[in-house]
Amino acid sequence: MGPPTVTDPRYYHKVVDCQWACPAHTNVPQYLRLIGQGRYADSYLLNRESNVFPGILGRTCDRPCEPACRRGRVDEKPVAICRLKRVAADLRGDIADRLPKAPPAKNGKRVALVGAGPSSLTVANDLLPLGYDVTIYERHARPGGLMRFSIPSFRLPASVIDEECGYVIGMGAVMKYETPVTSMRTLLDEGYDAIFVGSGAPKGKDLDIPGRHDAATIHLGLDWLAGVHFGHIERIEPRVLIIGVGNTAMDCCRTSKRLGAKDVTVVARRSRAHFKASPWELEDAEEEGVQIVENHAPTRFVVEAGVLTGMEFERLEWSTDASGRQVSRVVGSVVIPCDAVILAIGQDNAVPWIESDLGIEFAARHMPIVDKVTHQSTRPGVFFGGDAAWGPANIIWAVAHGHQAAISIHLHCSGRPLTDRLPPGMTLTSTKLGMGAWEYSNDYNPSPRAKMQHEELVKRFSDVSVEVELGFTPEQAAREVERCLNCDIQTAFTDKLCIECDACVDICPTSCLTITPARNTEAELRQQLSAPALNTSQALFQSGPLPQTKRLMVKDEDVCLHCGLCADRCPTAAWDMQRFDLKLAYAGTEAR
Amino acid sequence: MTSINKPAVRHPSAKKNQIGLSRADYEGGMSTLCAGCGHDSVTAALIQSFWELDLPPHRAAKMSGIGCSSKTTAYFMRQSHGFNAVHGRMPSVTTGANAANRELTYIGISGDGDSLNIGFGQLAHAIRRNVNMLYVIENNGVYGLTKGQFSASADLGSTSRKGEVNEQTPIDPVLLALTLGATFVARSFSGDKAQLVPILKAALTHRGFALVDVISPCVSFNDHEGSAKSYAYVRSHEVETVQADFVPLRREIKVPEEHEEVTVVRLHDGSQVRLRSTTAGYNPRSRDSAYRHVQACIKKGEVATGILFIDDAGRDMHDMQRTVPEPLTRQPFELLCPGSAALERLMERYR
Repeated sequence: MGPPTVTDPRYYHKVVDCQWACPAHTNVPQYLRLIGQGRYADSYLLNRESNVFPGILGRTCDRPCEPACRRGRVDEKPVAICRLKRVAADLRGDIADRLPKAPPAKNGKRVALVGAGPSSLTVANDLLPLGYDVTIYERHARPGGLMRFSIPSFRLPASVIDEECGYVIGMGAVMKYETPVTSMRTLLDEGYDAIFVGSGAPKGKDLDIPGRHDAATIHLGLDWLAGVHFGHIERIEPRVLIIGVGNTAMDCCRTSKRLGAKDVTVVARRSRAHFKASPWELEDAEEEGVQIVENHAPTRFVVEAGVLTGMEFERLEWSTDASGRQVSRVVGSVVIPCDAVILAIGQDNAVPWIESDLGIEFAARHMPIVDKVTHQSTRPGVFFGGDAAWGPANIIWAVAHGHQAAISIHLHCSGRPLTDRLPPGMTLTSTKLGMGAWEYSNDYNPSPRAKMQHEELVKRFSDVSVEVELGFTPEQAAREVERCLNCDIQTAFTDKLCIECDACVDICPTSCLTITPARNTEAELRQQLSAPALNTSQALFQSGPLPQTKRLMVKDEDVCLHCGLCADRCPTAAWDMQRFDLKLAYAGTEAR
Repeated sequence: MTSINKPAVRHPSAKKNQIGLSRADYEGGMSTLCAGCGHDSVTAALIQSFWELDLPPHRAAKMSGIGCSSKTTAYFMRQSHGFNAVHGRMPSVTTGANAANRELTYIGISGDGDSLNIGFGQLAHAIRRNVNMLYVIENNGVYGLTKGQFSASADLGSTSRKGEVNEQTPIDPVLLALTLGATFVARSFSGDKAQLVPILKAALTHRGFALVDVISPCVSFNDHEGSAKSYAYVRSHEVETVQADFVPLRREIKVPEEHEEVTVVRLHDGSQVRLRSTTAGYNPRSRDSAYRHVQACIKKGEVATGILFIDDAGRDMHDMQRTVPEPLTRQPFELLCPGSAALERLMERYR
């Protein structure tokens, strides 16, 4: 295998760390740039192409892009990508006439989607403009699924969900609210051309230990959050324990604080490094006075005369065994007093309504067998996506699944093989305007990451739907955008123009470039550079032999700032700064 | 011109030297030279050398005259002393500075025009005095700042960008320095840092006048076919005569001290230059051998590079003048200027 080649769109895509990490491959640098220019509506619509719900995701996304952000490798903290997305959504103005529309003439194909959560709505978003007749079955009275009833409104206001789901439904989806699907057989009998199951993973995991069913104040997290959402639950006892430390646990503990709990403790089996909750959610919870206890495994509920008084835990010590696995050792036990317990230890998908004789096969633990690429189940024409396919993940994954499933459904309905998928393409456009002038902001902004302003605590606890994060101001957003390193502006190199004057090597602030004789292996080459390229997760660019000495131009992509100084100082324009635009295929995208 | 200043971010694995400075600490302002100018590579090689030698910037003085080359002192060591002299007069100004304070490291940067045309006489006498300094000639064969007229180092028969042929014989700074008794004479190429950096380190450590002639192509006016100082020409005509490795004092030397191929020159501070000749019988410690070899190369159209001659036992200006070991700047004023009574007594001796 030779060195990686830049003619493969994956090479430059991988350089854009955020876009590579994002399951939906949102073009982050470009939408940030549009925000910086005050073009909020353009930014919103660019976002929407790939992630469909910018306003929702700008508040709730698990942000796989941020740990990947290059800025984090050169300057500790990544760009606040997620909250900038929210700025685009908040300030976008009226975009109704710029949204995709369904054609007046339908294509005659009927598709049923089960559940009105993010994955189903993404499928609808992609198929409606192609003329599909889309019917969505939803158990509740309003769309949004888990986004609506399990994410508390202090994190995600209902109005945002209404608007963004409305954009999709407004294209003409037939909504069957309060219509839970109870039989796949019946649904199949309706004669749809394809069925998509996006019903999520709505069943909270239970904890079957002594005392579980002896008191009334032990709740399942997801059900409890839904109860709060629908107004069935309006208060909770003063001392609350939350078992589990994922994002649902964070939502439960913070909601408890708003329903009258005084003393809220989150108890985790493992140490902080292994917590599933996003670090910023942990921070927010702690800011609100939630205690977090690590290395405690629950053993029983302490119930006295039908009243919960506490919970007993084993204290654990973790160590690594010979095979590198984490193993625990019990070092004692303790009872933590409490009046209520919320279990937030995970969730399962639940499709008891799919009959076993329909050719839809299940693997262990009732998980459907679903193709990773096509999202098709073992029965042709039945597709899965979102949490229903492979268990709980995040909204952005559900969206990514929706896009892929929509491609499959379109191929299926057109009678083409599901493997007939277009690979991603790319365009590269020079950003050179003149001598030392580029059409992107290439100056490095040393500002620290912008801090999100939060609503003050007293106001927060007064009402469960007071939004905690206030959002960035346009000025804050513009400054934060300047922290972005423009990783989509690629350093494109033309071998035959190079005169090996070393100007680029000399100017590069982060010593990314080296002109060096070819080596036998990449590992050897990595040691021979201006600065050793130790981060092997980042690619090495290698040119062909250079005209004068037959040496190679080698670039370590790891900490390139995309400042363009190499191209600025290149006398022959062998280096150019080119804007990379990844062209993703969606349902209906034909050859390009 | 570059569009922005160099971002203040460095590679995460960037190391500090013995005095706690990173390479970036030896950088200066952004270059305003043409993109691709060889001089910028020389600057980068100088920065690398200073950093590797743990040179304290505040104990160095950057000296230059006029020309593209003389601008480069602005692009390194922003925290050191500096003097930008009248055209061609840098050698004299440095001589004076060195006379006053012999403890600083003097880094003279000049060009072929500044040194071989207008400053020719100045250079010659600085060599004769053996002023303790590094003297870099960024040699591109043209007056770049005035759009490419031939300089005194332009080779016979080479052409200007518009095709005009040079008919005057060139001055070769290496032959000049060998003739005038320079104690360190080297030639290198801006496009070959692996060679240039050890040469600069040895030259900086050498006690006495160290001339380093660096062929440094002018990418705007002298990088065409017909030029004998273009990147392509130097690459295809360069013959590395002596390979040099600079071994600082503190580094333990594991290879045998001296064998048939390697000449070890011990410098005054205990560090060593290890020289390996690629030409049979070449002796970098023989001035005659160096002169003959460089001339023979010129006849063949070859550019001989490397440390061509070194003599670390030479006496520098202060030795010859028998000045006090302490810098004059630290002598009490009364001693330096003893007053009119002392002058009278001195004059009395000549009457």
